[in-house]
Amino acid sequence: MDKKITVTIDGQEVSADPGQTILEAARNQGIYIPTLCHYSRTTNVGACRVCVVEVENARSYVASCCAPITPGMVIRTNTPAIRAAQRMIVELMWSSGDHNCLTCEQNGACELQDLVYRLQIDKPRFPIEHPAYGPDSTNTMITRDLNKCILCGRCVRACNEIQVNEVLDFANRGSYAKVGPAFDADYIDSACVFCGECAQVCPTGAITFKQAKFAGRPWELAKTRTTCAYCGVGCQIDLYTKDNKIVKVMGNREYGQPNEGSLCVKGRFGMDFISHPDRLTKPLIRRRKGEDFQEAAWDEAYAFIAERLAAVKKEYGPDSIAGLSSARCTNEENYLFQKFLRGAIGTNNVDHCARL
Amino acid sequence: MTNSFADYAKAKMIILVGTNITEAHPVASTFVKDAALAGARLIVIDPRRTDMVDFAEMHVPLKVGSDVALINGVMNVLIEENLYDKKYVDSCTEGFEDLKKKVMEYPPERAAEISGIPADAIRELARKMASVKPAMLMYTLGITEHICGVNNVMSCANLQMLLGNVGVECGGVNPQRGQNNVQGACDMGALPNVFPGYQPVANADARAKFAKAWNVKSLPDKPGMMMPTMMKNLTTGKVKGFYVFGENLANTEPDIKHVEHELQSAEFLVCQDIFPTETTRFAHVILPAAAWSENDGTFASSERRVNRVRTASVPPGDAKPNWWIFKELAKRFGHEWASASAQEIWDNEVSVLAPSMAGIKYARLENDGLQWPCPGAEHPGTPTLHKGGKFTRGLGMLKAIDYIPPAEVPDPEYPFVLSTGRRLYHYHTRTQTGRSAGINDLLGEETADISAADAQAKGISDGEKISVKSRRGEVVVKARVTKEIPPGLVWMAFHFREACANWLTNPVYDPVTQTAEYKACAVRIDKLR
Ligand code: SF4
Ligand code: SF4
Ligand code: SF4
Ligand code: FES
Repeated sequence: MDKKITVTIDGQEVSADPGQTILEAARNQGIYIPTLCHYSRTTNVGACRVCVVEVENARSYVASCCAPITPGMVIRTNTPAIRAAQRMIVELMWSSGDHNCLTCEQNGACELQDLVYRLQIDKPRFPIEHPAYGPDSTNTMITRDLNKCILCGRCVRACNEIQVNEVLDFANRGSYAKVGPAFDADYIDSACVFCGECAQVCPTGAITFKQAKFAGRPWELAKTRTTCAYCGVGCQIDLYTKDNKIVKVMGNREYGQPNEGSLCVKGRFGMDFISHPDRLTKPLIRRRKGEDFQEAAWDEAYAFIAERLAAVKKEYGPDSIAGLSSARCTNEENYLFQKFLRGAIGTNNVDHCARL
Repeated sequence: MTNSFADYAKAKMIILVGTNITEAHPVASTFVKDAALAGARLIVIDPRRTDMVDFAEMHVPLKVGSDVALINGVMNVLIEENLYDKKYVDSCTEGFEDLKKKVMEYPPERAAEISGIPADAIRELARKMASVKPAMLMYTLGITEHICGVNNVMSCANLQMLLGNVGVECGGVNPQRGQNNVQGACDMGALPNVFPGYQPVANADARAKFAKAWNVKSLPDKPGMMMPTMMKNLTTGKVKGFYVFGENLANTEPDIKHVEHELQSAEFLVCQDIFPTETTRFAHVILPAAAWSENDGTFASSERRVNRVRTASVPPGDAKPNWWIFKELAKRFGHEWASASAQEIWDNEVSVLAPSMAGIKYARLENDGLQWPCPGAEHPGTPTLHKGGKFTRGLGMLKAIDYIPPAEVPDPEYPFVLSTGRRLYHYHTRTQTGRSAGINDLLGEETADISAADAQAKGISDGEKISVKSRRGEVVVKARVTKEIPPGLVWMAFHFREACANWLTNPVYDPVTQTAEYKACAVRIDKLR
């Protein structure tokens, strides 16, 4: 490790690693600097400039997410001038979009809204003029309302750098700039694979999960960390639930291995089967071939199974019974299933669909 | 996997064999792409031109099922040109002389004839592989779903040991598991020959230990039947009672017509599931189970990581957690099981009985889980197996392996090879993804993927319904004309009932693992009249 560097942030002497940005050095000390375009695991582009700080002897304010520290640097993050600059930036963003929080799904979880509050802005000093784009709600998973886009580019970088799906990009420049798939296509008509990463990283309500709309406010949802039920990568995910329904599935950048906060389409959008009306809700028994299934109480079902399996075992021996376990279910359940066959029935006839 | 997903993005060279990683393991594929963008060298060995080829410096489109011949050819070059890791081979492995003798029978010219990869390309491939160290090899079912699946796996291991790539970070032989808990089902002894933690049932000490823990007088010592044998014995009458827990055999197994006949023959069939499926139609009893989000527990991922699963919702109606069902059933057979929660099952039974998991307790799994082997309470888990080239059995075994062709090869009547697998947007027989609104919009029906050349020769246009027929069945399915597929190949998945590839697939199995040859059978394709 290279030697530590000492810098001064808000009057505090701070020792930091060479190569760290001002933002990183400050955050390590618990010093708050607002950010919008900065996003972990993507390049720092310095697009929004809401992270500006004063650096002594620098000609202008410095975007702290991009600027590396140098020995002896004297940095101020919270002067009135800095706050005024940040307010100006946020007011410009506010006034150039349709930030109507009344109907926004992101209300309560929006980074722009949080900044407005934190910087104590009552209303923007500029008239609100938004581009009046039409919505993209052509698919059942992701909705876009680019009138709420602050052009931070997080979605573009997440799609290209984190997922490497290379679908999103900026079109046009300046005040006509717009993010989206090539040729301004809707997601469903593009090469998008619906990993949902762009919606997860979007700080505002510009890209949101459609099935979560009107399904619960952020503060009403319960969050549960669990492991994805699909492939063998074992992604760590957060389930957001309300009234016993899974409202949305999110990755979490605070979690580490194996997925570091990313998901794929199945983990993201494949979970609503849980509350599908086809679910089996009662034991079903058919006493004779050809008969219809009859609903039964659990005790009746257990007694029926025990009676039939015991009869088979008695007449033909334990090895005339076999069981297939499930690679979809938990370790504990697999353990008990083989324990049941080996210990209670007395056969090693247990296997599962491993080879699939 | 010998190694970990954390290695992917850091790897210097990645060799993907028989794995369409972007569709089957999407998040893992993002790390492979990250590595490629950061300058790692990527080689894709696959009959199909998968998406990952865009990031690769070399695509090796071998003929379906020719893996052993290709790898023998590569090893021939490595040995002939003295490019292999002699030091590693001498100190960490045995069997080199046998291997050498065998691969000398596979000069690149012969390997080329079998695999369809030109001899010079095989030489180039070998030189590339030897030029970077370490290289990481990943494979999926393209390797295992053949009658020579075990041979294919051993060939991958041979190659990586010859290159000295096993036992180091960013190296190793890495089978990626297709299902969330295949690894765990194996670890837990849901296999006919081993108890949890891979302790053989044939071992008297292991039997005594489990008998004591489970409070039974004795346990059976003869390994049981594997799935295909169980199924076959439903018709011979050797298996009378069959208990199917959370599997939809009627769609997942090769040759559906025959599978349904077998299920129909069961004298007594219990199905435990969350949905009615094609398989539950044959049951005598269907038990409604709690689903994944309605229950606590753990899964073990491909990288041997034990991760927590947590309860986020309550089951509908009378549906019950699986563990509760098994516990109640055991009671009816006179067994009182003490553990009354997933945590108690793990902490008091699994981790006590399986030495490789002794150090894994729920209290340690709160965050990012733990990778077994984890033999003690202080042990940090094992991201890389065989560290420093030290193998569990002492020396790594190099094995001489011969090529054998797939059981069914094209002929004039069935001139195409059908290969099967998964697609990105669905999972297995769609019992789950088929009931997820958005996902069905992305992929609403099965297709038969064919090459532009074959489409043209047959006068088939993209999206046209065609017939795909094998000796076992026929399906009518939309043709998808794509550059992913080489001429002579048809590719389908098993997600949709109607056009399920398994109406066509060949029920022949690897003799050791009884894995079915899903990756190769012979079919014909025809325009509909
Ligand atoms: S859509 Fe969201 S993430 Fe993308 S640029 Fe706009 S505000 Fe940023
Ligand atoms: S959903 Fe994924 S692939 Fe589609 S645009 Fe967003 S980040 Fe890109
Ligand atoms: S989110 Fe996707 S990649 Fe991750 S475990 Fe689930 S299915 Fe696999
Ligand atoms: S966060 Fe630094 S410029 Fe946007």
